Amino acid sequence: MRIAACIKRVPITGGRILLTDDARAINTQHLGFTISPHEECGVEEAVRLIEANKGDSVVLTLGPSEAVEQLRDAMALGIDRAIHLQTDGQEWDAEATAGALLEAIRADESANGPFDIIFFGNESADSGGFQVGIRVAYGLGRPCVTGLKKVTLEGSQVRCEQQVEGGRDVYVVPLPAVLTVKEGLNLPRYPSVPGKMRARSKPVAVVTPSRPAPRLELVKLAVPAGQGRRAESLGSGAAAAQAVVEMLQKAGVL
Amino acid sequence: MSVLVLMEDGGPSRQTLTLARKFGEPRSVRIDAILPFAPDALATALAQAADELDASAVFAAGTERGNEVMARLAARMDLPFAANCIAAAPGDPVEVTRLRWGGSLLEEARLHSPRPLITVAPHTVAADDGSVPPEVDLHHPHDRDLTVRVSDHVEPSSAGVSLAAAKVIVSGGRGVGSKEGFAIIEELAALLGAAVGCSRAVTSAGWRPHTDQVGQTGTKVAPEVYIACGISGATQHMAGLKGAKRIVAINSDPQAPLMLNADYTVTGDLKEIVPAISAEIRKRR
Ligand SMILES: Cc1cc2nc3c(=O)[nH]c(=O)nc-3n(C[C@H](O)[C@H](O)[C@H](O)COP(=O)(O)OP(=O)(O)OC[C@H]3O[C@@H](n4cnc5c(N)ncnc54)[C@H](O)[C@@H]3O)c2cc1C
Repeated sequence: MRIAACIKRVPITGGRILLTDDARAINTQHLGFTISPHEECGVEEAVRLIEANKGDSVVLTLGPSEAVEQLRDAMALGIDRAIHLQTDGQEWDAEATAGALLEAIRADESANGPFDIIFFGNESADSGGFQVGIRVAYGLGRPCVTGLKKVTLEGSQVRCEQQVEGGRDVYVVPLPAVLTVKEGLNLPRYPSVPGKMRARSKPVAVVTPSRPAPRLELVKLAVPAGQGRRAESLGSGAAAAQAVVEMLQKAGVL
Repeated sequence: MSVLVLMEDGGPSRQTLTLARKFGEPRSVRIDAILPFAPDALATALAQAADELDASAVFAAGTERGNEVMARLAARMDLPFAANCIAAAPGDPVEVTRLRWGGSLLEEARLHSPRPLITVAPHTVAADDGSVPPEVDLHHPHDRDLTVRVSDHVEPSSAGVSLAAAKVIVSGGRGVGSKEGFAIIEELAALLGAAVGCSRAVTSAGWRPHTDQVGQTGTKVAPEVYIACGISGATQHMAGLKGAKRIVAINSDPQAPLMLNADYTVTGDLKEIVPAISAEIRKRR
């Protein structure tokens, strides 16, 4: 079995988002980075499927040279190897990202055979385009099911549960398939120390696609105005309980 | 000039019409036009309808389904797609403002496209009170577009108050300290008839199921009162709280972002404060 997981490196923004002077990016000078949560679940699912069925697992990302950290993180969880579509740090729009990933996936498949499942996050945490996995699936001519909270192999098919209002909708599609997933699909493991050690020597293939002119072109970013909440103190410690209860009564919930 | 709108029941589609009308006279396709839901078939039907109408643009609400169908349409038509917009001005290029980071950041962007494909972020635009646009006739779906379709439905497993619909939520963060620590959170929630929520630090640690997580990659909530206990207030957590009417923060750190972005604050150890609130409620009964 062959499984791929596509991930994105995103900053851990903390309590407040600061922008660069030209307002075209988040100021990440003092920030750490991570794999965004939806995709981390895609990685975990890929690792579990290969543990259960044997085979080859690959993690792909399009991002700056530093994104190799997130590739190593994925390999520390158990992915076998990585393909890094390296950029110069400029933003790529979702359409261009999908185009480059499609090409890289095709190249790997022509050498090693088709992936049974390619995992994506339902949407990236930062730019939230809701489309990369769907575009890649269309390019490959494969079924794509989105927003998944549960994935179960059933022979040559995969049963997928998608969260909707009032429960979950079920889809059953043939493999090979592209699945976009959400956090809650599984509980990703913490990387083990030996896992991290092994990840250091796992192969990372680097390709450098050229960036087409974006058709969804970022002009500038802005932090939305706060909601103007007043932060009225009700006191401190257990002594504040009375004031809290009075506030709840006034709010009509008690 | 016509503009094609994918319509669902409810507010977000009415809000979508407000922006769509700037691009032409709306005609509609209902999201339940093909049942059971089959997103590829809908996308193909929209593509055909857009061509036949020579639609200037295609709009949908930025719901899960709206975004999904629009992305499939974009792939078929080989066009860019701007998801979760809160403003859009016709022109070449089209100027849009869209949500990033689940609404924690706004992006101004130019959409270079002969046929703009746009979804409108729910609850960011006033609803349109004009008439419901006429529906267009759809072609019969092709079998190859029915591979992906809903074949079954599973009812929600968790009993109790659902997070999305809860009037009151008592939510715990890393400050609660452990899985067992949630006993005091659950106790207060039970007294208030509230749902229990939590931060991602808590779900990642395995203390609570992901269905309890509030935030960008959890549930967006809209209670009358949200009581946040030992939660710092990271932007991704706050992204789930935009609809909360009143936020109460209980935190030992008065400078925690949530303490600065709440309506009411209590400073101190939640392990003392939360049981004291429960005791005070009992006393008054
Ligand atoms: C892409 C992305 C998406 C994310 N999505 C989400 C999401 O959907 N939801 C979410 O919640 N997070 C999300 N996160 C994670 C988020 O960035 C934070 O890491 C997380 O919200 C922190 O959880 P916390 O506030 O419980 O923990 P911390 O940030 O560690 O805060 C703990 C707080 O508890 C207080 N405290 C400690 N002990 C006590 C005590 N005894 N009494 C009172 N107060 C105490 C501390 O002062 C502190 O403020 C996401 C992150 C990323 C990168």
